[in-house]
Amino acid sequence: MSDCTRDEWMTVVAARMLRDRCVCFVGIGLPSAACNLARLTHAPDIVLIYESGTIGARPQVLPLSIGDGELAETASCVVPLPELFNYYLQAGRVDVGFLGAAQIDRHGNLNSTVIGPYGAPSTRLPGAGGAPEIALHARETFVMLKATPRSFVERLDFRTTAGHCRAASVPSRNNAGREGVARAPRDESSHGPSAVITDFGVLTPRADSGELSLSGLFGDASVAEARAAVGWPLGVADQLEPIAPPSAFELETLRGLQARTRAAYALPVSIPA
Amino acid sequence: MTTPRHCSLTEAIAEFVEDGMCVALEGFTHLIPFAAGHEIIRQRRRDLHLVRMTPDLVYDQMIGMGCARKLSFSWGGNPGVGSLHRLRDAVERGWPQPLQLDEHSHAGMAAAFCAGAARLPFGLLRGYQDNDLAAHNPRIRHVHCPFSGERIAAVPALNPDVTILHAQQADRQGNVAIHGIVGAAREAALAARTLLVTVEEIVDALPPAMNGIVLPWWVVAAVVACPGGAYPSYAQGHYARDNAFYQHWDEIARDRQRFLAWIDRHVLGTTDHRGFLDSLHREAA
Repeated sequence: MSDCTRDEWMTVVAARMLRDRCVCFVGIGLPSAACNLARLTHAPDIVLIYESGTIGARPQVLPLSIGDGELAETASCVVPLPELFNYYLQAGRVDVGFLGAAQIDRHGNLNSTVIGPYGAPSTRLPGAGGAPEIALHARETFVMLKATPRSFVERLDFRTTAGHCRAASVPSRNNAGREGVARAPRDESSHGPSAVITDFGVLTPRADSGELSLSGLFGDASVAEARAAVGWPLGVADQLEPIAPPSAFELETLRGLQARTRAAYALPVSIPA
Repeated sequence: MTTPRHCSLTEAIAEFVEDGMCVALEGFTHLIPFAAGHEIIRQRRRDLHLVRMTPDLVYDQMIGMGCARKLSFSWGGNPGVGSLHRLRDAVERGWPQPLQLDEHSHAGMAAAFCAGAARLPFGLLRGYQDNDLAAHNPRIRHVHCPFSGERIAAVPALNPDVTILHAQQADRQGNVAIHGIVGAAREAALAARTLLVTVEEIVDALPPAMNGIVLPWWVVAAVVACPGGAYPSYAQGHYARDNAFYQHWDEIARDRQRFLAWIDRHVLGTTDHRGFLDSLHREAA
């Protein structure tokens, strides 16, 4: 399909990474679209968990928030938040965490807290939410993040969620001593992303160092485009994985989901009488 | 045990919420007590330490109106839309006043509420690992398990002076029923010294609980009938979340003057939540 957008490439390729019957903790936005596309195509029995405590959600339209009524109404169960984080996530009952972020570095550390110094930020971002513990406790983590000049950076302003290597952010008062190990070998106990899906393709961590390198390109994207979009000297796998373009079925399903979502959002506002 | 007061929201906020208190308005996306937040703005409370996992629009409005000196939270955005511009303005530019942050992850806030509800000094979690949150928040520390020696993150209990919830129903005795997404409502309620609840309706008898959350009358200080009290968030079974309002808020809150005019017209310019909803109806017409 040559007429699909890069957003559609991202969503379709991300959806393919999810196995049927896996238990997946879903971040809002791009990850939510990808996880529901997987459910509506090759993974009908995937268990989608949103951090509002909705387990096994099967929304007909994409939710705007992680706690829309649509999620509660279609979930197999709705549990209190401490139960979700303690008895499901921390107890190891989640296979995949699917996250977004504002910034990522070469080791897959994520920032969703601040741009600039913590005490005087130029941009205050929303913050951690569930991400640090989702990445820590899920067996595997995927990240979706659009490539902008500020998103794939040499150095994070703040490390909200740990990736494959310790010490990657600007030194703060309590971790300044760790700065020197920024290029340390991959931490075997780490919980960094096993794939990062972005506008031009897919990055995966190198087995030896955990450093994210280009492993696959979408359609007409080039290595030069990928290098230009990433704020560190991007490594490229010896052999790039071919990525099949979105199929007609995948695109039709995704576009149908998005059309239903737009129609639902356009319904008249219901201020309680 | 004291019987819960049945009173107006104006009376409940006047009696129980004082300047300088630690106040939690909980409800995770669902059942956010907007009416109570607006009444706190109308009564011009100051220097509050606000606690909420997801500050949402309700705290954006309270922070923008200068009600807060401190915020304990774990995710401060407009869900699915973007920033909370009033929260950002307070943190980035100190407008209308500086805001001290006590910042956590969701798992950390949940542990702090659970400890508070159990009247334990701190909550435990496997979390805050290899990230910068603990470096910037001295309230995130670590302890060693006395049995295995494992290093585990600890957060101090959250015990608000007042927690305010919105629920679907209460009965005449003051028992409170909540169903749908419950978030940390039960923990925030039982962690508080005083619990106020606004409800969609007061009924003669509550339906069988079916694992919905019932807070018994003797943990409740006051019950206020307040239909639509969670709008523009929602009350499952009563009305849906107004996603269009959440999207529209982005442009209202982006500009200080536009924000102040909105609050002036719809919150300060009305006497209660009925008046607030009527005012929005008039604007939409």
